Amino acid sequence: MSTAEILFFVLAGLTVLSALLTISSKSPVHSILFLIVTFFSISAHYILLNAQFLAVVNIIVYGGAIMVLFLFVVMLMNLNKEDAKFSKPFIILVGSLASVIFFVLTAGIFVKSDITVNNQALLYSGDIGLTERLGEVLYSDYVVPFELASILFMAAMIGAVLLSKKKKEEELES
Amino acid sequence: MIPISYYLFLALTLFTLGMVGVMIRRNIIIMLMCVELMLNSVNLLLVAFSKMHHAKNPGTDAGIDGQMMVLFIMVVAAAEVAVGLSIMILFYRKQYNVDVRNLNRLKH
Repeated sequence: MSTAEILFFVLAGLTVLSALLTISSKSPVHSILFLIVTFFSISAHYILLNAQFLAVVNIIVYGGAIMVLFLFVVMLMNLNKEDAKFSKPFIILVGSLASVIFFVLTAGIFVKSDITVNNQALLYSGDIGLTERLGEVLYSDYVVPFELASILFMAAMIGAVLLSKKKKEEELES
Repeated sequence: MIPISYYLFLALTLFTLGMVGVMIRRNIIIMLMCVELMLNSVNLLLVAFSKMHHAKNPGTDAGIDGQMMVLFIMVVAAAEVAVGLSIMILFYRKQYNVDVRNLNRLKH
């Protein structure tokens, strides 16, 4: 096997293992830490595909902002008390069965179709993952979604601040 | 050069694991995290397909739309997590637990 395939299988094994540990660990903090490992291994996949900008943005945004937000929320909520962590065994069984059927059906579609059999993904090279190319395209062809994304962020920020305010006025009146 | 089917199966596995995680967990924070896992599996598949298109026409900008889509998916995921977690904090202030079975107030 070539170096690329060995690297791919090692990274893929790490990703799937940490995703499995995410969904099956009892403590929420352990789940968050395993999900951070998953995001780091997906960033390594991006570096293998030479999508350099997306690899770094993935680490900064997902691993550095979103997961830290989850950790803060879990620590503020003190979630290690004794409540039920998993659903009933019947629901676990039915859910796993449905997911296995979904996996088998979709994998069957992939194996038969023409696109997946004959094509290869370009590793290690290619200009489209570099920051210069992405920046040029972002500000020329994709400038409208870019501006709309800033409006989306403003709405999310205003929403998050408003939702977390405590209403002191009603407590003073009553 | 790796066959694209390898990336397809990896993304399908991650997506199925995220789906199973949403179905079997009761803690709503963990369910949000499994949704993030599903979004990331789709991101990986989009980047792989963008490199596949780039491999077919190597000199041009052939696959760059896929990577732009991934950037905007990350944008939307970040905004969604911020608002979703603040809603969960509001919910926790009333109930003092985050079990998803208690999210049935509209029924009563």
